[in-house]
Formats: sequence, structure tokens, C-alpha cells
Amino acid sequence: MKLQKGKDILKNRIDSFSDKRKIIIIILLLVFLFISISIALTIGVYEIPAIEVYNVVGTHLNPYADVGGLNRLYDVIVWNIRFPRILISVAVGIALAIAGAVYQGCFRNPLVEPYILGVESGAAFGAAIAIVIPSFLFSLQISAFIFGSIAVFAAYFLARIKGETPVIMLILSGVIIGSIFAAFVSILKYLATDAALREIVFWMMGGFYYSTWSDVALIIPVVIFCFFIIWILSWKLNILSMGDEEARTLGVSPELYKAIFIILATLITAISVSAVGIIAWVGLMMPHAARMVLGPDHRYMLPTAAMMGAIYLIICDTLARTLTSAEIPVGILTSIIGAPYLIYLIRNKGKLIFGV
Amino acid sequence: MLEIDKLEFEYLKNQPILNDISFKVSQGQLCGLFGPNGCGKTTLFKCCLKFLNFKKGSISVDETNINRLSIREMAKLVAYVPQEHKPSFPYLVRDVVLMGRTPHLKGVFNVSKEDKQKTVDAMKLVGIDSISMIPYNQLSGGQRQLVIIARAVAQESKILFLDEPTSALDFSNQIRVWKLLRKICHSGTTIIACTHDPNHVMWFCDQVVVMGDNRIISTGPPEKIITESVLDEIYSKICSIKDLEQTKMVYPRDLAKIKNNSKNRGS
Repeated sequence: MKLQKGKDILKNRIDSFSDKRKIIIIILLLVFLFISISIALTIGVYEIPAIEVYNVVGTHLNPYADVGGLNRLYDVIVWNIRFPRILISVAVGIALAIAGAVYQGCFRNPLVEPYILGVESGAAFGAAIAIVIPSFLFSLQISAFIFGSIAVFAAYFLARIKGETPVIMLILSGVIIGSIFAAFVSILKYLATDAALREIVFWMMGGFYYSTWSDVALIIPVVIFCFFIIWILSWKLNILSMGDEEARTLGVSPELYKAIFIILATLITAISVSAVGIIAWVGLMMPHAARMVLGPDHRYMLPTAAMMGAIYLIICDTLARTLTSAEIPVGILTSIIGAPYLIYLIRNKGKLIFGV
Repeated sequence: MLEIDKLEFEYLKNQPILNDISFKVSQGQLCGLFGPNGCGKTTLFKCCLKFLNFKKGSISVDETNINRLSIREMAKLVAYVPQEHKPSFPYLVRDVVLMGRTPHLKGVFNVSKEDKQKTVDAMKLVGIDSISMIPYNQLSGGQRQLVIIARAVAQESKILFLDEPTSALDFSNQIRVWKLLRKICHSGTTIIACTHDPNHVMWFCDQVVVMGDNRIISTGPPEKIITESVLDEIYSKICSIKDLEQTKMVYPRDLAKIKNNSKNRGS
């Protein structure tokens, strides 16, 4: 009798493909993301009472309230420094986590990260050249973005043979292009003055110190837009992860969709790298964490990874700006926290996550 | 259902892999594609599935030239079960089978009730409904093969191509898969399966296409085609055939000698 009941439950689960649990977890994560944002707003080197913080934010968000009546100092710290910075960490967290998940799915390889195609070396070169030659054509951010994209497209076209881009060629050409740009960065470092050298090294460690509202206005729309396109196509990403030939026989053109996914993922990676420098580990870890929680189906895994990435970066950045009186580059923190996590993953869940 | 006419293919100039290949398979038949290693079976498969572009000859599915079909239209007509599927991420069995519905999915996000029902039906037909909630990379090779076959069934294509469906399976699973293929054929699907085992062709197929040396040696019903003279031509005289109940059995010609030799050495 009991067994029969158990079987019925199993049968219902199969028949209805019940995904309610997954949706509830995603909603919980969204709530948790908003809680982290609200808490992170109240924490900082300069102590402001929580009530005042929410007063400032509330006044700004309410179109009928008068901003002029706020405490000037509180207003500047909360609205012009902390808030854009937190929004940028959310956007970058989403971008890197999604890009990592997309690359891992397209390349069928769980060890791939968003920087696999050399975007970070290209961006580092762009940033370095803008720092070393102040009269360079573009500002640091735009230059980083342009060279980051150039690196990826160079890698992509280098890997293209007879209208096909085999994964192994892509990864190899990513390594090649990456090392070429890394060599260029070394040349620039060698030639740079001490001050410029310091700035290059600092930029490469990554950080949110310079976040402004104009960055928010640029990055958030792009990231949100790309996220939704990728999310809408997420079933296709499931199919692509079965391999090129099988994707083709399932009616999904591997060339077309891989190109779309890689372009979108590169766009959001390049735009994040150009804004905040190189932040490691988020793009590698968050997709795994999401897969552990909700399984590998990209329809649910992508939003989960996105929110986890955002929460992770908020926590890391809040620690980065409050742990010591000086700022710690957030890239250092994400690595220090991230590496033990990956060790835990491969030691304990290796079989389940990596599927071997 | 499948019609191949004077197909020729070469990877490198003047080194033809397929030479003047022509045959037909009618609806609901289980056709075995049989031949030694390196005779061009896989290349022929790849041409039929449009993985390779051929220059000469034509391939028609359901009376449509496949060169005129888009990838999505093609997927509605033809499904494919690869010889070996390397699992990527730990998808649940049910999700893998659901992937077979991809060419029929209309909405961007929601999988319709019909798609879910067909997925469940496919799993029941293949007999894997009891493992539907298990990650498919934890399954054994045989079970995984069944999952991929279920995915092809869910795809509801008119033709099903299987590349050596039983090469990695134990004896009981081999028989199970072939019986399953017969069952799928019975519902009107045409199946083309390549195989290395002449007995499987003899026991389970309606029609056989024997390939050797990059061309077709003969084609027709297996009882008539799989003869000692044909096997001699592709396997250099090592096989004999015996009658067995209502069918035949192929076995190595010098079996008795091998046995005797080992006995003599033992004593």
C-alpha cells in the first residue's frame, strides 16, 4: 500500500514535470539578493544609521519627494558612492556568472571560464595602453572593451576552419591570442613609469572603486538585455551541450547558436572587465554552484547562477571595502574565497558535477 | 522512404570514400547497413544526416531532397542515435528524452502538455520510465543507449539512423535493443542501423545493404543476401553459415580447428 502510494507520487512527478521547487528556489534567491543589497547599503567605512540610508534611497526612488532636503554628506555617500557601486557589482556578478555558464555549455566543458577566449588579456592590454599613453585615442574603459572584443574575435576566427569552429581549436586559439596580448601587456609594463605600472597592476586585480552612475547606465541595460536573450534561448543551450552533431540532428544549428551565445557572453564579459578590471573565479564557480542547487537544465540554472553571482560579488565587495581601512582589490578576495570552494567541489561532488 | 541515388563522396581529391551508392528503403522497414571497418558506412551516415556535403548524387527522405531542407525541417524527418554518446552535464533522463521534442517545440519557454506526454510515452515504450529522475551520466552504457533511443523516439521522425547501436552492449542488452528496434519499426518508423554483426542482420532486419570497398556489394532481404559468397568477398573467407530453427547463424569457419589446437596444447 505504502509502496503503491510512493509509486503514484513518482508517477505524478514524471507526468507533470513538476518544476515548482525550482521556481520557488529562484524566487527565494531573488528575495535574498534584495536583502543583500539592502544590507550592503548600510555597511561602510563611514557609519551612517540604517534609517538614514533607507531615507536617502527612498527619497531618490520616490519621484515626488524632494532630494534637496536630505543630509548632503549622507546623500553623496549613499546615493553617489555606495548605491552605484552595489548595482555595478550586481551587474558584473550576473554578467560573469551567465557568461561562464554559457561558455561551459557551448564548449561542453565544466572547467571553462568567461576569460577562456582571451578577453581578459585583450582588455588588460587595452587598459594598459590607455594608462601608459594618456593621449591614447580612447578612454581606459573603452580601450579595454575594444581590445577585449578584438581578442575574442581574433580567437574565434583563428579557430574557424571550413565554416566550423571545433571546440578544441577555439580553446587553443584562445590560449594563443591570450598569451600574445599578455606579452604585449608585459612590454607595456616594462616600458611604463612607476606610477603607470602601479596603476596597471591595480587595474588588473579588479575592483569597483570608480563606479559611477554613468557606468550603471551603460552596463545594467546591456547586461539585463543580454541576460534575457540568453535566458530565452536557454533550451537551445541544453541542446548545444549535447555536442555539435547531436544538436544538428535535434534541429539546432550548432554554428548559428554557438555564434549567438559566444557573441552575447563576450559582450557582457568585455563590458564588465572594462568597467571593473579582472575579477576571477565568479564565472567558473557560480555555474557549478547553480548546477548543484538546481541541476544542469539551463532554463533554471542560468537565473540561479546569475543571482548567486550577484550575491557573491556584493558580499566580496562589501568585505573588500570594509575589512581594512584601505581597500582590498575585490579580485583578490574572490580568488581567496573561490579556490577552497572549487577544491571542495572537485573533492566531494566531482562525479556529480563534472559528469565523469 | 529513404532513397539514395548515385551518391559519391570524397574527403580528398581522387580518393573516393563512397562510389556510386544507390538503394531504397521503404516505410516501416528495419534496414541493416553491414560491412567491414573502413568501408564507408559512417561516411554514408554522415551524408544522410547532412553532416557532410556531398557533390554528386542525391539523397531523398520522404520524397524530398535533403539538400533543400533546413536543419529544423530535417530534424522533423530524421533522428540520429550516435554510436557513443559522451555525457556532458548531469541532465535527468527525462530532460534528455524531452530534448528529442526540440524540433517540435513552439513556445520560447514552456514545454506543452503534448510534448511532456510524448516524452513519457517514449520512455515507457523503451522501458526506462522507472529511471526517469536519475541523472543520465550515472547510468551504465546500455541504459544510456536506451535513453538516447528514447530521445529519438520522442523526436517522432520518419526515419531513425542508428550508428552501431549495440557495439558497446552486453549480449542481453544487444538483443533487447534489437527487439526494441523491431517494436519501433512496427509503429511505422523506418530504421537504418549500421552494424558489424551478420547474425543481428540475419535475425532482426527486413533488409540489408552490404557495403565493401567503398561501394555497395548487394542489397535485399538478409536470408538471400548474407551468403557465404558475400561474406567471403568482404571478410576474406573466414565465415560459414548454418541453418538454425527458422533463421541462420554465421560463425567462424575454422572454429573446430581453433578448439582442437588449444586442447592439444593443453594436454
